[in-house]
Amino acid sequence: MKIVVCIKQVPDTKGGVKFNPDGTLDRAAMMTIMNPDDKAGLEAALRLKDQYGAEVTVITMGLPKAEDVLREAMAMGADKAILVTDRVLGGADTWATSQTLAGAIRNLEYDLIITGRQAIDGDTAQVGPQISEHLNIPVISYAQDIKVDGNSVIVERQYDDRYHVVKAQMPCLITALGELNVPRYMTPGGIFDACEAEITVWGRADLVDVEDSNLGLKGSPTQIAKASDKVRKGAGEVVNLDPTEAVDYIVGKLKDKHII
Amino acid sequence: MSLAEYKGVYVFAQQVDNTIDNIAFELIGKGKDLAKDLNTEVTAVLVGSDVKGLADELAAYGADKVIVVDDPECKEYRTEPYAHALASVINEFKPEIFLVGATAIGRDLGPRVSARVHTGLTADCTVLEIGNFPINPVPGKEQKPNQLLMTRPAFGGNTIATIACPDFRPQMATVRPGVMQKLPKVEGAKAEVIEFNPGFTPDNKYVEILEIVKAVKDTADIMDAKILVSGGRGVGSAENFKLLEDLAEVIGGTVSCSRAVVDAGWKSKDLQVGQTGKTVRPNVYFAIGISGAIQHLAGMEESDLIIAINKDETAPIFDVADFGIVGDLNKILPALTEKLKAEMAAK
Repeated sequence: MKIVVCIKQVPDTKGGVKFNPDGTLDRAAMMTIMNPDDKAGLEAALRLKDQYGAEVTVITMGLPKAEDVLREAMAMGADKAILVTDRVLGGADTWATSQTLAGAIRNLEYDLIITGRQAIDGDTAQVGPQISEHLNIPVISYAQDIKVDGNSVIVERQYDDRYHVVKAQMPCLITALGELNVPRYMTPGGIFDACEAEITVWGRADLVDVEDSNLGLKGSPTQIAKASDKVRKGAGEVVNLDPTEAVDYIVGKLKDKHII
Repeated sequence: MSLAEYKGVYVFAQQVDNTIDNIAFELIGKGKDLAKDLNTEVTAVLVGSDVKGLADELAAYGADKVIVVDDPECKEYRTEPYAHALASVINEFKPEIFLVGATAIGRDLGPRVSARVHTGLTADCTVLEIGNFPINPVPGKEQKPNQLLMTRPAFGGNTIATIACPDFRPQMATVRPGVMQKLPKVEGAKAEVIEFNPGFTPDNKYVEILEIVKAVKDTADIMDAKILVSGGRGVGSAENFKLLEDLAEVIGGTVSCSRAVVDAGWKSKDLQVGQTGKTVRPNVYFAIGISGAIQHLAGMEESDLIIAINKDETAPIFDVADFGIVGDLNKILPALTEKLKAEMAAK
């Protein structure tokens, strides 16, 4: 079985966020991590590899330094890594990103493509389903459990108040929830090997069946009108009282506001 | 086909088990605002099996027209038949704007449809308005009027971005549930109902549903609650949520929680507030033992009144709380519950 896992290097949003003058994110200026949902997707792929035997290829689109998350993935157990990087791909929205990744994946053999549900920078949850559309394969989003059954996958697909047990023929695409599993750590030997491992680097010319007009900032249907730091409402009163006083304080406020 | 030929505000009227989800009414409510600015109408798109009878309810909440795609293939939500239904509606009726709820269904359906019809999709919007793009004139660039400006939090709630889709139609957005206001229900209101079936031919993309497992739901929807008593990791254990339940009962509230509580297995996912949970804006939000990670704040900071209790005075929840109490919830909550009981009894 061949599994392709799409991963993304994302800014660690616990730190600050910085912008370019055009309103796009200044990724170069921020600390980065492997996107958590993608890491759960990678772990799911590695578990399928442990259980059934599989070749796991990780692929990312990003700046040259996104190589770091590919090496991390290899240190966890991925077999091959591909970096898709090119100046003309920059500033892409989800349409252009999914076109790029689909164009890269068309070079590969795959039974299963796994992406994280969403990345913590954009939080859109769009790229996985959009890749599946471009490749004309089924998608099962929000996977909370993945099993393989012959040529099919059986996935628990989460909804708000229920889950569906869904069967789809491979090849198909699955988007993984962060709570799918607890990703393994990199092994020391894995880290050593990953440092040495070769990473395949692809640019625009390597993308299959994609028009220039669907790539990068120019190929993005959505455009940023403005972006700004969130203005939060100011902090109110903070008091440090003993429990009896605290209770009187809260009840007083609830009365002031006519809640009780 | 010129962009100007695309007309009307369309909303996806999500239903599950032939019950229309609240998000559909919220989208109609917002859609009416947008349609007024554009001098057009709101059309609800209802997809399912044996759902035609639900059209009146959409009319009652303000839909001018209802397009019904009724087919046995659409009985349960599956990506492909639903994506085919919406993409076919878009190709046939050419809407200017198409809104979908940012639900576990809409966040799967929206991207697949937008990719099929080649347009942009802005995720998880919290503000929608009609305006110029670019917002301010830019030399050498045409400023287009009457564009949908879609505002959303991004980067874990650290930033707010406003997005436009000036060159493609429809302008598509998914909208966070609980953010837009539905209109008052008008009983007896009628909408023009259009039945439309694009034909469904199952292929490999029509996945098979083997089983549907519903969560046991014995709790009220936290998005409808006027008062939420919400607990975080600081509550300490599943058992200790009893303190919150007691308070909620006295004050007529509902218990909710942070992600840490769901991850710890103390409460179920449907009670989770925050970016990966639900957006709430009750009249009163008690944040109890919740540190206030930015992802949590994104789901509750629009609450009218926020009262936080936390033993850590540096907890970020105090940055958004109207009233913050630094103290031990184990001591404060039981006393508060007793005091409120006495207050209520005295009334």
